[in-house]
Amino acid sequence: MSRVALVTGGSRGIGRATAIALADDGHKVAVNYARGADAAAAVVAEIGDAGGEAIAVGADVSDPDAVDTMMETVSTELGPIEILVNNAGITRDGLLMRMSLDDFDAVLATNLRSTFICTKAVLRGMLRSKWGRIVNVSSVSGIAGNPGQANYAASKAGVIGFSKSVAKEIGSRGLTVNVVAPGFVATDMTGELSDDVLSAAVSQTLVGRVGRAEEVAAMIKFLASEEAAYITGQVFRVDGGLSL
Amino acid sequence: MDRSAVAERLEEVLVTELGLDADKITEEANFEEDLEVDSLGVVELLMALEDEFGVQIPDEEAENIGTVGQAIDLVYGKLES
Repeated sequence: MSRVALVTGGSRGIGRATAIALADDGHKVAVNYARGADAAAAVVAEIGDAGGEAIAVGADVSDPDAVDTMMETVSTELGPIEILVNNAGITRDGLLMRMSLDDFDAVLATNLRSTFICTKAVLRGMLRSKWGRIVNVSSVSGIAGNPGQANYAASKAGVIGFSKSVAKEIGSRGLTVNVVAPGFVATDMTGELSDDVLSAAVSQTLVGRVGRAEEVAAMIKFLASEEAAYITGQVFRVDGGLSL
Repeated sequence: MDRSAVAERLEEVLVTELGLDADKITEEANFEEDLEVDSLGVVELLMALEDEFGVQIPDEEAENIGTVGQAIDLVYGKLES
């Protein structure tokens, strides 16, 4: 069945792969971006070339007014949103002793505040249609912590607590909320890491390599599907066995 | 719209939007105790009423809704003013 999906931060990395995967599943996809208009347009074009339907919607997802406008655009052009993937995220890494409050606030705003704003914005429609899938992208950093990422890990741990709470609130209405926690995945975000850090990370995985964005998108796509109706409030690590 | 018209439309919302049993709906019926509406159901009720009647129901006023009759009075009062 074709649904309407919104992927925040859909122009690059895991968000991009998720938008393409959902479109491949027959869903109409709104590709949100904050600054990467060209990249988002390229994702939309790629989906269109493959016979899918997508639009690009620009909005700072930590800004409630911008999100309201975006939601209206998506509803008008594609229909009521039934699948929400809260993927937009940034890093501002640094040891806590050197981390500014601005770096903390900025990461919390884009990664956690946005999840609150976007989820709340779609909930009314989902409750009305008694069907909805919300998939929030966290990180293994949010589960285990990571030096240099106190802000990022806090935001991603916050996403987990938020998701479990909302799952409990709306589970009886046919709406599910789940979390995907990627490990080291080859994206622009991990591209900022030094080779030493990456090779150390890879050595901790069982698979012996970094992940591909498509491998995370596959999990998100499943959690957004009809078949995943009995799965809610869960955290799924897609980390190549990093956790063991 | 007079009060009985509000009551009629509101009861219809209860049946169609919240899936309540029409036979159990009386003005004295308490949403949580008699109609087994949970806390999220009350929120859904408010949303449905706002959509149906085009009124805004702030949280502090919503807290006063215990029974079907109180919901009717609240909406009727909003439409009057």
